[in-house]
Amino acid sequence: MNQPVNPADIHKAIVEQQKIQDRKKLMVNGVLLLLLLAAPFVMYPVFLMKILCFALFAVAFNLLFGFTGLLSFGHAAFLATGGYTTGYLLSNFSGLTTEMGIIAGTAMATLLGLAFALLSIRRQGIYFAMVTLALAQLVFFFFVQSEFTGGEDGMHGIPRGELFGLINLEDNLNMYYFVLVVFIACYLLVQRIVGSPYGQILKAIKQNEPRAVSLGYNVDRYKILAFVISAALAGLAGSMKSVVFQLASLNDAHWHMSGEVILMTLVGGMGTLLGPVVGATFVVNIEYLLSQGPLRDWVDPILGGTFVLTVLAFRSGIVGEIQKFIKKNLG
Amino acid sequence: MSMVFGVPLAVLSGQLMIGIINGAFYALLSLGLAVIFGLLKIINFAHGAMYMLGALVTVVLFDLLSVNYWVALFVAPVLVGAFGLLIEYFLLRRIAGQDHIYSLLLTFGAALIIQGVLTNIYGVSGLRYSMPDMFKGGINLGFMFLPYYRAWVIVVALLVCFGTWFIIEKTKLGSYLRAGTEDSQLMQGFGINAPLLVSLTYGFGVMLAAFAGVLAAPIYSITPVMGSNILIVVFAVVVIGGMGSIGGAIITGILMGVIEGLTKTFYPPASSAVIFLVMVVVLMIRPTGLFGKEA
Repeated sequence: MNQPVNPADIHKAIVEQQKIQDRKKLMVNGVLLLLLLAAPFVMYPVFLMKILCFALFAVAFNLLFGFTGLLSFGHAAFLATGGYTTGYLLSNFSGLTTEMGIIAGTAMATLLGLAFALLSIRRQGIYFAMVTLALAQLVFFFFVQSEFTGGEDGMHGIPRGELFGLINLEDNLNMYYFVLVVFIACYLLVQRIVGSPYGQILKAIKQNEPRAVSLGYNVDRYKILAFVISAALAGLAGSMKSVVFQLASLNDAHWHMSGEVILMTLVGGMGTLLGPVVGATFVVNIEYLLSQGPLRDWVDPILGGTFVLTVLAFRSGIVGEIQKFIKKNLG
Repeated sequence: MSMVFGVPLAVLSGQLMIGIINGAFYALLSLGLAVIFGLLKIINFAHGAMYMLGALVTVVLFDLLSVNYWVALFVAPVLVGAFGLLIEYFLLRRIAGQDHIYSLLLTFGAALIIQGVLTNIYGVSGLRYSMPDMFKGGINLGFMFLPYYRAWVIVVALLVCFGTWFIIEKTKLGSYLRAGTEDSQLMQGFGINAPLLVSLTYGFGVMLAAFAGVLAAPIYSITPVMGSNILIVVFAVVVIGGMGSIGGAIITGILMGVIEGLTKTFYPPASSAVIFLVMVVVLMIRPTGLFGKEA
């Protein structure tokens, strides 16, 4: 019973376990990557790209909601700003290559995010949600009134152009792999952010803001940065979406869209890395399947019901529940 | 014709009146939100849906049972209020005491369901409700024409707002409500049934919204989405006024309606955005809102 334990052995065991876990993770990620690479040969690439764009949107949103604890009800504004900016530039300046248009769209969304953050960051909880919602509505009205957006008709025929002036994006496969690379890069970036010391501080703020303040952190600055990064990634998602569909419309700016990204994140599992991706896949598929069937007019109530059910019964979402299950039964 | 800043006086006063009427609706709705928020600490995202239900129930009651306007003015808020009690009992109560964000999301989901189901039944083109006969026509004030119904809306909305303010700030029941806002556990220790008070407060806030809906039925186009459009404006009004005071909600509501009306007169393109612009300015100067007390 009381055999002396060598601390080095414990350390070794832990490292060994870590290695096994890392290997497992690597394998899962590798399989996922292979699936994503092979997917366009099985499924319609445009549909897959739609999922990826919304997944990126949800990942961006989750950085703020799931990891920092700030519920923005105005993220549609960034999606739309990215989309409209990229669409406008690519449509009107033929010299621009696609990636320049996308970078510009992302930059605009980033600036808008900074403005939103500076105005709203001092409010908390539901106030924060209301302020961001109202600010996004202001942006919505701006797009409704502006001529360059095409108003209610939307902006059509945005050219996909050529990536770096070399790769023809009119080809759906090329476009898909470009979107995939951007998505994976952003996903890894968020993973890196969440795991970094900065991400730890965000989590600390989420758990208990006064404590973080008393530990000497300038909480507002951390929150503003998180907001801006989140807005930038949401804008990037919007920019890519407008290139993929060659269309930017008021739908993207509507508060309905802000609600949808909340639903995606919540259903998938907020505060988990994979959750928003799963949630976006789920919601986009549900919407597609419903729109094909006899329930096509019931999409909104069904989404609303999913919302209510998730909040009441599956608070941790699909990924969160699976994690819990694994921990309980296998861990 | 006399002109004010290049705008005919009749046009200006007409827009001002429309502004005051819209403001009366903003006041009624933000008042209901403030009452619910006070005790439940919930932002009731379904508030717009309740307003819409008030108007819709009025129309349906008239079409099916030819229930007249005056009866509807009482029956519709009671029916919708009862529906609100069901939502409170079956949904909101389950997540009481948890992060307020969840109640926001829950009521948002509920609003989507209500709105979506009704859109399928009634479409989005808009139902019509004819004005009660006694309100047809109006009075010429010399500088403008004042329809009777609009005068009625302004008067009754102000009365209801004042009545609510009076109940909450000046009566015994109101003191319970305010005590519950401060510390509902302690209040329960004094033998007051806090859960019941919470239910009734939610029901009352919903009734206010439905009442506004009935008032709106004869003058606005009645569609299942009428609530969601006005709700976001009301959110902005709430942010501008700050959640601290009931009186603040009323004053800010009417003020914002007037500002919107003035903008419609002098620079129409900005009229739908002006309240949000005011919100931005207020947030920069006074982050807690004009009448807000919370930090």
